[in-house]
Amino acid sequence: MRAALFWIFSTAAVGSALGVVGSLRSPINSALSLVVSMLALAGLYILLEAQFVGLIQVMVYAGAIVVLFLFVIMLLNLRGSGAAGAENQPIAKALGALVAVAGTLWLARTLAASRAPWPDVEASFGTTQAIGEALYTDYVLSVQVAGVLLLAGIVAAVVLAKKKID
Amino acid sequence: MAMSTVWVSIFLFALVLLAFAPVMTWVERKQSALMQDRIGANRASILGFKALGLIHPLADVIKMITKEDTVPTGAHRFLHLVSPFIAVAPAIISFAVIPYGGVYELWGTRVSLTVADLDYGVLYVFAIGSIATYGSMLAGWAGNNNFGMLGSIRVSAQMISYEVALGITVVGLFMIFGTLRLTDMGILQQETFRLFGFLEHAGVVGKGNGFVDAVTIPMWGIVLQPLPFFMFLTALMAENKRAPFDTPEGESEIVAGYFIEYSGMKFGLYMMGEWIEVVVISALLTAMFLGGWSIPWVREAEMIAAWTPVLGENMANLAAMVLAVHVFLIKVIVLIWFQMLIRWSMPRFRYDQVMNLGWKILLPLSLANIVITAFGILIVQEVTR
Repeated sequence: MRAALFWIFSTAAVGSALGVVGSLRSPINSALSLVVSMLALAGLYILLEAQFVGLIQVMVYAGAIVVLFLFVIMLLNLRGSGAAGAENQPIAKALGALVAVAGTLWLARTLAASRAPWPDVEASFGTTQAIGEALYTDYVLSVQVAGVLLLAGIVAAVVLAKKKID
Repeated sequence: MAMSTVWVSIFLFALVLLAFAPVMTWVERKQSALMQDRIGANRASILGFKALGLIHPLADVIKMITKEDTVPTGAHRFLHLVSPFIAVAPAIISFAVIPYGGVYELWGTRVSLTVADLDYGVLYVFAIGSIATYGSMLAGWAGNNNFGMLGSIRVSAQMISYEVALGITVVGLFMIFGTLRLTDMGILQQETFRLFGFLEHAGVVGKGNGFVDAVTIPMWGIVLQPLPFFMFLTALMAENKRAPFDTPEGESEIVAGYFIEYSGMKFGLYMMGEWIEVVVISALLTAMFLGGWSIPWVREAEMIAAWTPVLGENMANLAAMVLAVHVFLIKVIVLIWFQMLIRWSMPRFRYDQVMNLGWKILLPLSLANIVITAFGILIVQEVTR
C-alpha cells in the first residue's frame, strides 16, 4: 500500500514537474502542472509521517501561491506567447539539458549507494504539537528572524505599492 | 480502526451528505418564501401529493440531468470539464474529519463516529478548502467568456483574501484548547467553568461559596471566543461565495460570473457545492464553537456511567451514541437556518466593501484577538496556580 502510494505520488510529482517546463504554449497549463506537482509532494510528505508539513504545503503553495500565479496570468491574459526566444538559443538549451541529466545521475548514484531503510519514528513525530514544540523551543531564534524578514518584506511591499508616501 | 467503526462513520457521512445536500434547495426556497411573505415551492407533485414542496429537489435534478450540456467554442475543453468537479469535491471530503460523536464501546467493539480522527483536523479542512478556489477560478477562464473572466478574477481575489483571515481568527481558540483535533475539542467543550470564580480568587468571597459554585457555564468555543465565532462565520461565508458575498457571480453586473458558460448538471454541481459547503460550515462551527455533540452541562462519560445500571453497558453506550448524533445534527440545522437568514436579509456587498471587510476589519481584529487571548490565558494560569 505504502509502496504503491509512493510510486503514484512520485510519478505524478515528476511528470507534472516536467509538464511545468514542457507546456510552452500555455502559461495556465504550466501553473496547473505546478499545482499537481505540489499536491503530489504533499502526498509524499504525509507518507513520510510529516503530516503537518504536507498540509501546510497544500494550504500555502497549492492553495495560495499558485492561485496568485494564476491570478496574474489571467489578469495579464498571457495566452500562447511561447517561451520568449528559447527556440533560438541552442547553447543554453544544451547546457540546461546537460546540467539536468548530470544532476539526476549524481542524485541517483548517491541514493542507490545509501539504501537506507524506512526509519521507525515515534508516534508523536510530525504532529502539530511536535512541530510547535520544536519551533518554539529549539528553533525559536530562526522563527523570530524569519518573522522579522517577513515583516520587512511586507513593509517594503506597502512602500512599493503606495504611489505617494505621506 | 475496526471495520464496524468505518461502516458506522461512513453511514453517517452518506446520511448527512445525501440527506442534507438535496434538501437544502428546498430549505432555501421555503425560507426565502417565508421571509418574503410568499407561499414558496409548492407546484411539483406526484399524483397530487405535494409533500410541502419536497418533491421540488427531485424535479430540479431531473431537469438538470436532462438538459443539454454545452461547451462554448474556444473553451479549454479539459478544464471546462473538470472545474465543476474540483469545486464540489473539496466540500464533500471535508466531511471526513467532522465528529458526529465521541467513541463508544458497543459489544466489545470501539465505535468512533468520526471517519478520520486526524491530529490536524481543522488544518485539513482549511487545506482542502483552499483547493476549492481552483474549481471556481478555472471555470471562468476555461469558458472563454469575458464575464466569466471577471468572475474568475473576483473569486480568486476574494477567496485568497478571506483564507488569511479564516486561519487567523481561530488561532485564539486553538491556544485555549491546545489542539487541532476536532474530537478533542468536543470533549474539552463538555467541561464547565464557574462564572463568578474570579470573585473567589480575588478574595471577595470565601472558598466553597454556594452561589459561586452553582453558577457554571459550559466551556463552549462561543463562550470563550464570542467575537471570533462571528468573524469565523463571516470568513467562511465569504469563502463559500453566497450572498452577501456573491460578487463573483453578481447577476446585475457580470450575469453569472465564473460559471456563466455552464449548463445542465455541471451548473448543478456548482449549486450543489455551495449547499454542501453550507452544511460543512455549520458542522465545523458546531464542532469548534457550539460544543460539538454534547448537551450543555452534561459530561458524556458521566451520562453513560449513570445510565449503565439501568440499561446495561452496551445499551447505555448505544443510547449515548444515538443522542450524540441527534444533538450534533440539531445544532447543525440551527446554524444552517442562521446562514439562510443572513443570506436572505443582506444585500450584496460591493466589491471594494468585500475586500475592505477582509483586510481592514477581519484581519486586524483577529490579530488583536490572538494578543488578547494570550493575555487572558496568562492571567488565568497565574491566578489559578
